[in-house]
Amino acid sequence: MTQIQFTAPTSVKAAVRCLAEGGKNPKVLAGGTDLLVQLRAGRVKPSTIVDIKKIPELKQIKAEKGGFRIGAAVAGAELSAHPGVKKAWPGLVEGFDLIGSTQIQGRASLGGNLCNGSPAADSVPALIAAGATCKIAGPKGTREANVETIVIGPGKTSLKKGEFIVSFFLPKRPRRSGDAYLRLIPRTEMDIAVVGAGVSLSIDSKGVCTDARVSLGAVAPTPLLVKAGAKALIGTKVDDAALAALAAAASAACKPIDDKRGTIVYRTKVAGVLARRAALIALDRAKGK
Amino acid sequence: MAKHHVNTTINGDPVEFLCDTEQTLLDCLRDELGLTGSKEGCSSGDCGACSVTVDGRLVCSCLVLGIEADGCEIGTIEGVANGDELHPLQKHFLKEAALQCGICTPGFIVAAKSMLALNPDPSESEMRYWLAGNLCRCTGYDKIIKAVTNAAAEMRGE
Amino acid sequence: MGKEETQFDKTKPSVNSNGYRVVGTRPIRPDGIEKVTGRANFGADCNLPGMLTGCIVRSPHAHAKILSIDTSKAMKLAGVKAVVTAADFPELSPKHRGAGESPVSFRDMSRNIMARDKALYDGHAVAAVAATTPAIAQAAAALIEVKYKVLPHVLDAREAMKPKAPVLHDDIFTKGVDPKPSKASNVAQRYEFSLGDIDAGFASADVTVEHDFTSQCVHQGYIEPHACVASTTEDGMATVWASSQGQFMVRNYCATVCGMDISKIRVLPAEIGGGFGGKTVVYLEPIAILLSKKSGKPIKIVMNREDVFRATGPTSGGHAWVRIGAKKDGTMVAGELVMEYEAGAFPGSPVHLGCMTGFAPYTIANSKSVGFDVVVNRPKAAAYRAPGAPIAAFAVESAIDILAKKLEMDPIALREKNAAREGTQAAYGPKFQKIGFIETLEAAKNHPHYSIPLGPNQGRGVASGFWFNIGGESSAAVHVNEDGTVDVVTANPDIGGSRASMGIMAAEVLGIDVSRVKPIVADTASSAYSMLTGGSRVTFAVGQAVCLACDQVVAQLCERAAKIWDIEVSDVEWLAGSAVNRKSGKAGSLSLAEIANVAGKTGGPISGQSSSDVQGAGPGFGTHICDVEVDPETGRTTVIRYTAIQDVGTAIHPSYVEGQLQGGAAQGVGWALNEEYIYDDLGRLQNGGFLDYRVPVASDLPMIDTVLVEVPNPNHRFGVRGVGEVPIVPPLAAVANAVSAAAGTRMADLPISPPKLLAAMDAK
Repeated sequence: MTQIQFTAPTSVKAAVRCLAEGGKNPKVLAGGTDLLVQLRAGRVKPSTIVDIKKIPELKQIKAEKGGFRIGAAVAGAELSAHPGVKKAWPGLVEGFDLIGSTQIQGRASLGGNLCNGSPAADSVPALIAAGATCKIAGPKGTREANVETIVIGPGKTSLKKGEFIVSFFLPKRPRRSGDAYLRLIPRTEMDIAVVGAGVSLSIDSKGVCTDARVSLGAVAPTPLLVKAGAKALIGTKVDDAALAALAAAASAACKPIDDKRGTIVYRTKVAGVLARRAALIALDRAKGK
Repeated sequence: MAKHHVNTTINGDPVEFLCDTEQTLLDCLRDELGLTGSKEGCSSGDCGACSVTVDGRLVCSCLVLGIEADGCEIGTIEGVANGDELHPLQKHFLKEAALQCGICTPGFIVAAKSMLALNPDPSESEMRYWLAGNLCRCTGYDKIIKAVTNAAAEMRGE
Repeated sequence: MGKEETQFDKTKPSVNSNGYRVVGTRPIRPDGIEKVTGRANFGADCNLPGMLTGCIVRSPHAHAKILSIDTSKAMKLAGVKAVVTAADFPELSPKHRGAGESPVSFRDMSRNIMARDKALYDGHAVAAVAATTPAIAQAAAALIEVKYKVLPHVLDAREAMKPKAPVLHDDIFTKGVDPKPSKASNVAQRYEFSLGDIDAGFASADVTVEHDFTSQCVHQGYIEPHACVASTTEDGMATVWASSQGQFMVRNYCATVCGMDISKIRVLPAEIGGGFGGKTVVYLEPIAILLSKKSGKPIKIVMNREDVFRATGPTSGGHAWVRIGAKKDGTMVAGELVMEYEAGAFPGSPVHLGCMTGFAPYTIANSKSVGFDVVVNRPKAAAYRAPGAPIAAFAVESAIDILAKKLEMDPIALREKNAAREGTQAAYGPKFQKIGFIETLEAAKNHPHYSIPLGPNQGRGVASGFWFNIGGESSAAVHVNEDGTVDVVTANPDIGGSRASMGIMAAEVLGIDVSRVKPIVADTASSAYSMLTGGSRVTFAVGQAVCLACDQVVAQLCERAAKIWDIEVSDVEWLAGSAVNRKSGKAGSLSLAEIANVAGKTGGPISGQSSSDVQGAGPGFGTHICDVEVDPETGRTTVIRYTAIQDVGTAIHPSYVEGQLQGGAAQGVGWALNEEYIYDDLGRLQNGGFLDYRVPVASDLPMIDTVLVEVPNPNHRFGVRGVGEVPIVPPLAAVANAVSAAAGTRMADLPISPPKLLAAMDAK
């Protein structure tokens, strides 16, 4: 019977060291809502568990360069209670809030949702649509990366050995911007997304879309940044024709599988539907409705 | 490695226990401390029968390591009643017959109590979404919603 | 605790509008405080000093020959105390069968508890180990080496009936066909129930509808996983603490499977965290007994949620083809039903019950129902709330909906025209006595729900349902205590408020306040035999036993009063909780408490005991109305309104009766929309958890309105009918009819998941 070591460092530097010295398979613990399930099912056998929640930087939300810096271990309930982030990025907050129950929200973190590597993670399309970046700490120091570069396959990330996510940065919002995230689940709660769609856009004073980012979840091995979807919106008034083009681009970007949660045909079609609906909500928000 | 020595507060009382890294808070409550009011229905955070509060925040104790409770304040079903005075939620669960088998009841009461602390006058929809992580297979939720509604009204002094 | 909570509301008039004093009121349940404070002890809450943890090794294959099991490495692990495999269980012959409604084969039960020679489904237990801690037990389980030869598997009933399908058992030769087949197959039995002449019936029909329906295997989904503790001693005695639907069932099954005398096993009932039929069999208890025998220590085994889904009680998935013929005026003249149910790894699906219930709500002169019980590589089906009936009702009630549209008739009016009533000959055998089906239809028609206008993409569905309800062997003892309080001892687990109803009935017969009655659920050493909790029998049959035992108590109380007054007992009458002296010129009365106070001086303890096979259960009928809204672009369905109406005989505690209707409806909605077992190509369960086995959550459902129609059962003291099972019969079709109306296309394949509904709408 081999024992799992446990450590709760209080600084990023110490956490990097714990991970380096944590044996064959050290695992980072933030909210634990994925890790503990995998542990109980015997799917992961960590040598050491490194609890990063005692590091102040990992649990903070603060203003930075007109945007926000959000600690990777901030729980969903904490993010939802932050009025500034909720006002600037309602879609992101809603996307994160969709993950699991109230109980899960008390623990689950943005960093964990991303690093679990699920293509269906609800907060990730919203983060990608928001153009979020993340700060990564590791043996070679810290680096910034775009969120869309992190997940490289189901359960796989581009993080190198000993690296972990410290925080996320959400950029400054131009005036007349809005975002939204929608997902399809069979029930109303407690399910994993069958399809998820995040849209962030900005409009000018005439209502013309000047910038947009579109992201999809659960329709490919990784969450997708759909550039063709953004292109369909930029320069338009987000009218029916633009929305139809967006839906077509979203469906075209899908490379889904048939599994217990949905079919290829279903995911492909519904990705377009949700992208269109999310764009309409984002547009309303950009218009201040 | 030796077991971890955890110092915590449970329902207001100081408690110490020993645990292995992989033991969940639920394991520790039930197996180490004899607090079996929190139930294990799934051990994956999908049923809410093990709901407790950690530093006032509602969580599934099956998704918290026992060692994470070190230095925290834990609230469980065993601490909901005040001595021999039932909490309004407990009274109204009984009055409305909001339980049949009763296995989910501790989790629902802990979860509902935490909701009412933040939102004393929730709408039916707010209640249903807040409690969506608590599965009940017996009641169809109808009488649970009524019980929480009535308890909330009593707690607001109505 | 506050006294007002536990006392009968004294502001009520002495007799209520139903003519009773206590029956029909809503006192706080006697076990309530324990259950809202976390004190109640459920299956997993029992702990004994020196207890070991048992862990089960399960087959990862859907169908495989077990070549060898090597437990040597596991036994060498420090802390491991015992291992058992099928070799430790006695071989039972096929003749070992239980009695009852659906006789169990103990040989099959033994092989389901522990695979012998062959593993027949993903999750089938093949070995078990006991160790000093859960972690060591799990590590030891991983060290048990089982060599398998994987065999081809089959999961679907119709596939399993094909000539080239893999055959699970070489000793199954279809029963119920003539001549008896010479070749083994997966079809365990063919059933047929007929009435009249269906060819002539269909020939006389003006309109005929027919349709094929499919439903998937679903689980009862009780929140409490199976759990037990067993402790044996050197003299061969075993004590078992278990959460089950019958402590005597656990005792008898364990005795047979373990080869023990019944008297050597004592079973103490834990509180039960839901069963719905799924806890009418044993999985862990015999294993725990054998591990305890081998180790000399108490053993606790608790399933995890995945074990529960992989290895316990789903009910059958199945196919149903139905045809109904009717006259232009809506009179149904012929009905035909052909169904194939998946029994799981051993024979015994509830297909015969499906055959018997499908057309039971209707007066159809000519009908034929044929059912096939088919074994497949899934866990052995266990009872689930009105076993077999929901699948049949889904087909028949959907077909009636199709017929109503074809005839341009209101679906309730069509059902009213054909509704079974007193004297109707049911195809499955009996003529109905007094029943309340038509009353439920009238209540549905007149319910405000039925006339609320629908919005865009919304649809309304109606469906009815029937369940037999049963009685059976039941015991109760009633003891009058010295202070006039009364203990009511029964031996069926309180699965949803039965203590409350036993207390109410005893209080009614004795004429005392319900707060003076203490209902007790006894262990097998403390009560006479009582059949398990199933068939919606407890409030009816055990309730009848309570009434009979109370009658004995009343007779004794009158005798004692007569003795005190020195008069003939014929001059004493029991009235409102007191003995009344009817001898002319000598008026007076003695309360139950007054007589109890002096019982020691008038002849000793006063108590009654009743044990009998209670007959005369009243059939139950229900009608449900469901409104849904569908999203035409995503195929998602939202249930927006739901009303469940049922003839409940007499509601003893109306709150718990309403709760049965609401809970049954919720389970039915889950069955209709989202619940299903999903297997991969290798026959391994893909959704063995509450994440992907999607039972309804609070935000999925609206308030569920109920109407309790009360047509008393003439065979019960207070008119009780069983109520727990009927409410899961109508919802499948009620939801499917509503979705079909909203989507404009017939949905005949459950669950109506979003991908399925969107595909159907797109194909329109």
